[in-house]
Amino acid sequence: MSEPVIELRNVCKAYAANPVLRHINLQARAGEFLTLLGPSGCGKTTILRLLAGFEKPDSGEIRIAGQDMQTLPPERRHVNTVFQSYALFPHLTVFENVAFGPRLNQVRGDELRERVMDALRMVKLEEFARRKPGQLSGGQQQRVAIARAVVNRPRVLLLDEPLSALDYKLRKAMQVELKQLQRRLGITFIFVTHDQEEALSMSDRVAVMNAGRIEQFGTPRQIYEAPENLFVARFVGEINNLPGQVMTAAPPRYDIRLHDRVINLKSQHAFGVGDRVNVLIRPEDLRIWREDEGSAEERATLFPAVVEEVVYKGSTVDLAIRLDNGDLLATTQFFNEDDQAIVNLDFREGERVFVDWVHDWETILPHED
Amino acid sequence: MRIREPFKLVAIGAIGFWLAAFALLPNLLVVIASVLERGSDEFVAFAFTLDSYRRLLDPLYLGVLLDSLWLAAATTTLCLLLGYPFAYLLTRMPARWRPMLLLLVIIPFWTSSLVRTYAMVIILQTNGWLNQILLDLGLIAEPLELLYTEPAVIAGMLYALLPFMILPLYAALEKLDRRLIEAARDLGAGRVTIFRRIILPLTLPGIVAGCMLTFLPGLGMFYVADLLGGARTLLVGNLIRDQFLSARDWPFGAAASVMLTVLMGLLLWAYYLSSRRASRGALP
Repeated sequence: MSEPVIELRNVCKAYAANPVLRHINLQARAGEFLTLLGPSGCGKTTILRLLAGFEKPDSGEIRIAGQDMQTLPPERRHVNTVFQSYALFPHLTVFENVAFGPRLNQVRGDELRERVMDALRMVKLEEFARRKPGQLSGGQQQRVAIARAVVNRPRVLLLDEPLSALDYKLRKAMQVELKQLQRRLGITFIFVTHDQEEALSMSDRVAVMNAGRIEQFGTPRQIYEAPENLFVARFVGEINNLPGQVMTAAPPRYDIRLHDRVINLKSQHAFGVGDRVNVLIRPEDLRIWREDEGSAEERATLFPAVVEEVVYKGSTVDLAIRLDNGDLLATTQFFNEDDQAIVNLDFREGERVFVDWVHDWETILPHED
Repeated sequence: MRIREPFKLVAIGAIGFWLAAFALLPNLLVVIASVLERGSDEFVAFAFTLDSYRRLLDPLYLGVLLDSLWLAAATTTLCLLLGYPFAYLLTRMPARWRPMLLLLVIIPFWTSSLVRTYAMVIILQTNGWLNQILLDLGLIAEPLELLYTEPAVIAGMLYALLPFMILPLYAALEKLDRRLIEAARDLGAGRVTIFRRIILPLTLPGIVAGCMLTFLPGLGMFYVADLLGGARTLLVGNLIRDQFLSARDWPFGAAASVMLTVLMGLLLWAYYLSSRRASRGALP
């Protein structure tokens, strides 16, 4: 594998004795779309500021394209930032904003004009070159900020929640545009967000962060389908947590007691007999059986429950169901026009149902408080 | 909303009356006085003449005007050179200290500037504190002639006017978005470039406001030149005061006053035009 473009080795950072980053190790490959995902205050923006050079690590090492960044100030690093607030220069035109970086690199005349206009064309703003930032909409300002950064042809583009100020529809459109742009330019993107959906849909790899640590680093699929701990499981999408206990262990298969049932499940984690575990199931992986469905023996393996809430969402119906032992589960049922399920999804509140899931689609983690 | 109508009328009426009685009327009287003849018994005789304005064209008075402009410009320049770094440092101070430090800038206002100028006399005179300190330190052998010199006048005006420069500059620098500086660094700009291309243009309104607030009062300030400059420097302000109080030539004093007001008005108008052009440049 090629050398990583970005490498953080054992990086620690504290503000006035409050640790914000604890022993961060992270690598980004060339041309990768890497997302730092986490709740506010988890340290993701600090990593970006360390890479940009606005902050210095207390300990540890940061390398960009193999070069140690210890003594290199922001103005001499081959990275550029798209700021959350865009930070466009209000007194300069869009053209001059984008030309700011190239001018400092002694690009002049026709070449300057060409490069700036190319960058503006890329974000579809060539007709706005003579406007000032204050005369643009939020989405347009966002695109100027991107053009102003990529025109410098950085090795790495740092994006600090660049879409958070945009409305839902525009955000969706910009997500697609950003992803296309990244593929076209082949630049490494380090993207910071607290929006898990955004992270999953755009990234090659995601680092889920919490309280200054990287909780899990992997592809969106790994993060979503095989969370390594309860924090990741809960932060990345909705999830149901059934507490259980290991009855017999024959790795990788375990008999796990869930309420009054014992179910045989598979796990990569090693458990001993008597260990308490959490069985995690995504809402869309739960199957709902109505009272008239399935035979009696089939029903013996199902968990009886009552529908508490029905939320119609257009393409899905979300149910809150309460198991007979009191646990509340969230489920998402998809309309499937092929098997006339439209009728079947017509749940009523208070209706008696049975629930199970496709075994092995769950994740089993050691119990955490 | 109806109930508020009477209050609105009273408020606007009071302000209108105030402006009419204490700004419009006095200025109108000055303009009228400037085109009347000098009276022998009364201050003015009610006969129309432009004689006072004709006399203003005398090279002697042109010299007075140029002296005044020079002094005001020199003071303003020094205020800017001192005030800008001062205001900048003020904005870089920890947030909880800033109100305190601003208060220290404002406190001298609580004392009459006339009294403060007298204090300057005590410091600057030949056997004053400054000379005494310099003598005690062995830096000079003989007391320096400080008082009644042009530098003394400029120092006095600088002292009186510096806060008027600092406050608008502080306001402009305070408003400056620190993230823009980070963005400029991110794009590869060093300190000099950041100052020249980001900080300076964005604080320009504060600079212009500060210059206005020091230059225009500096033009009319007479007591500083009187007390610290002695009789050596005759300024527009002194000239006007002398016509009213000593020479008792009200029409001439009024004409000089009108001329000064018109000059200031022209400067403000020029500023307005330039700022309008600057913002119009924003449009495609």
